[in-house]
Amino acid sequence: MSNILALIEISNHGDLEDSTPSLLAAAAKLGTPVAVVVTAPGAGAALVDHLGRLGAAQVYLAQGEQVGTFLVTPQVDALAAAVLAFDPGAILTVNSVEGRDVAARLAARIDAGLVIDAVDLRFEGTNVVATHSVFGGAYTVESTVEGGPTIVTVRQGAIEGQADAVAPVVTTASLGSETGRSAIIDEVIDNVVVSARPGLRGATKVVSGGRGLGSQEKFELVERLADALGAAVGASRAAVDAGFVSQASQVGQTGVTVSPQLYVALGISGAIQHRAGMQTAKTIVAINKDADAPIFDIADFGIVGDVFTVVPQLIEAIESRSKK
Amino acid sequence: MKIVVLMKQVPDTYGERILDPSTGLVDRSGSDAVIDEIDERALEVALSYKDAHKDVEVVVVSMGSTAVTVGLRKGLAMGADSAVHVLDSALAGADVGWTSTVLAAALTTTGFDLVIAGNESTDGGGGVVPAMVAERLGVPHVTYLESVQISDDGVVGERSTGRGKLRVHAALPAVISITERLPEARFPKFKGIMSAKKKPFTVASLGDLGIDPAVTFAGVGRSVVLQTTKRPARASGKKIVDEGNAGVELADFLVAGHLL
Ligand SMILES: Cc1cc2nc3c(=O)[nH]c(=O)nc-3n(C[C@H](O)[C@H](O)[C@H](O)COP(=O)(O)OP(=O)(O)OC[C@H]3O[C@@H](n4cnc5c(N)ncnc54)[C@H](O)[C@@H]3O)c2cc1C
Repeated sequence: MSNILALIEISNHGDLEDSTPSLLAAAAKLGTPVAVVVTAPGAGAALVDHLGRLGAAQVYLAQGEQVGTFLVTPQVDALAAAVLAFDPGAILTVNSVEGRDVAARLAARIDAGLVIDAVDLRFEGTNVVATHSVFGGAYTVESTVEGGPTIVTVRQGAIEGQADAVAPVVTTASLGSETGRSAIIDEVIDNVVVSARPGLRGATKVVSGGRGLGSQEKFELVERLADALGAAVGASRAAVDAGFVSQASQVGQTGVTVSPQLYVALGISGAIQHRAGMQTAKTIVAINKDADAPIFDIADFGIVGDVFTVVPQLIEAIESRSKK
Repeated sequence: MKIVVLMKQVPDTYGERILDPSTGLVDRSGSDAVIDEIDERALEVALSYKDAHKDVEVVVVSMGSTAVTVGLRKGLAMGADSAVHVLDSALAGADVGWTSTVLAAALTTTGFDLVIAGNESTDGGGGVVPAMVAERLGVPHVTYLESVQISDDGVVGERSTGRGKLRVHAALPAVISITERLPEARFPKFKGIMSAKKKPFTVASLGDLGIDPAVTFAGVGRSVVLQTTKRPARASGKKIVDEGNAGVELADFLVAGHLL
């Protein structure tokens, strides 16, 4: 079995990011998972046990003073060194902003082929074959790399399961000094709102609001229904642009792609770019005043009506049921 | 200062986007080709800096088929000073590795202080080309910027990651990419459209850039599509008009589907 490098993402507080179990499960599907962890000196050792429980047979701890100050290049340097040390069959990163940046620079540096946003992975002979969901799930595409090393960014949470726990073999390395090719991080603004609500990515239920909600104050209706259903809050780009809700909630082409059991679209017309982010939901419900809104073409249950009358009645019906 | 904006021609997202099942590549005949909206916003960042700093030169660069001409002309009409179109039949099906190599070569010939790109294209959606270009050029990159301040010797901005925001800066020369949180692009004016016709427009082949695919790409990994399948289209289900009871009916529907 070949070694599979997995670049582990570390939170601002020094913990493993939620993406870690899925990334190590992906690595275990292909071979022997080698977790590559990049931290300030001394900060990585505390993570080793946890990584072992998540299936990392080897942990490569790369440490350097520049981690946390230099943007992305320490991670690229660490992976490039780990490639030499482990001769991996594939290199995996999370398909996040940072994971893609690292994968991109590494691919250019080591002349690797880069496969982006895989939702599944397997070996066919000596080639890694990745599955992708393209154009909002309208197409399923399989791709591979010819003629060089393979780097894959893996969609967050796409690969389920967990690798078996092991006691990892640990290698520690120090990162060389800076090469002058890095942007500098001046400040980390940790504004991730701690919310009781589920996060949008990977949520099993999503309630989204569009321009039809009319204002930031009235968008609260979306949040009330989300809370009644235990759902995450989403939005159209028009609602984000109008300032009803933060950009992190945007669903669609240029926002988050969701694939929940239930997707409720409130006051959303169903533009093709919005549909690209939600049309693989199992059940779609839409409420819209306009009987001709395109969202109804893909809705399993459509209501031609005013969200401000239908939704309060729905919330009441849900609440009275839960009281029974 | 010279700012180069990277632009990509994509199928209009308002139309149906089609993948050719035999090659897995985007079928560009299926919908109108337009310059990706995000790249127009990238050009707007450059042009608004130029508005305030007259000595700034803005170059638009695109790699793609002959259809790209229209988009680059639009860039000139909006206010860019010159355009470079990398056109070569050997580039059909180029992956991100090839694309970034070719763009880096084009940037070496134009020269640059700052390169601005969109964060991710609406057809490929990879979001990796700007950082790859930066690595090939040996300069810093900052991608996914939601705000940008350019100055003579650097660029400062904020970028969102899954875990909050980072305030970052890079010394020039550098490559940045911007998100759709930055303003929409201006419309070309009549005067701009007329003067665009007189602006320098270079068409460069791979040979002009000093690239021989057989040599440059030997031993370089390349991602290729093996197979493409279209999912069956989604059918619509039940549709009712609210007559005062739709909220309750919807609750019943959710109960029946075990969604409550
Ligand atoms: C490159 C590109 C990328 C894009 N990416 C995205 C993306 O990621 N996500 C996205 O969402 N969009 C995206 N868009 C924008 C998209 O084209 C639409 O403009 C947007 O989705 C519209 O949002 P909306 O449905 O909320 O607004 P509108 O289209 O204005 O629809 C509002 C709807 O609300 C209904 N309504 C109004 N009042 C009520 C009421 N009281 N009760 C019930 N219904 C009511 C109206 O009938 C209407 O159908 C993108 C566009 C481009 C060009």
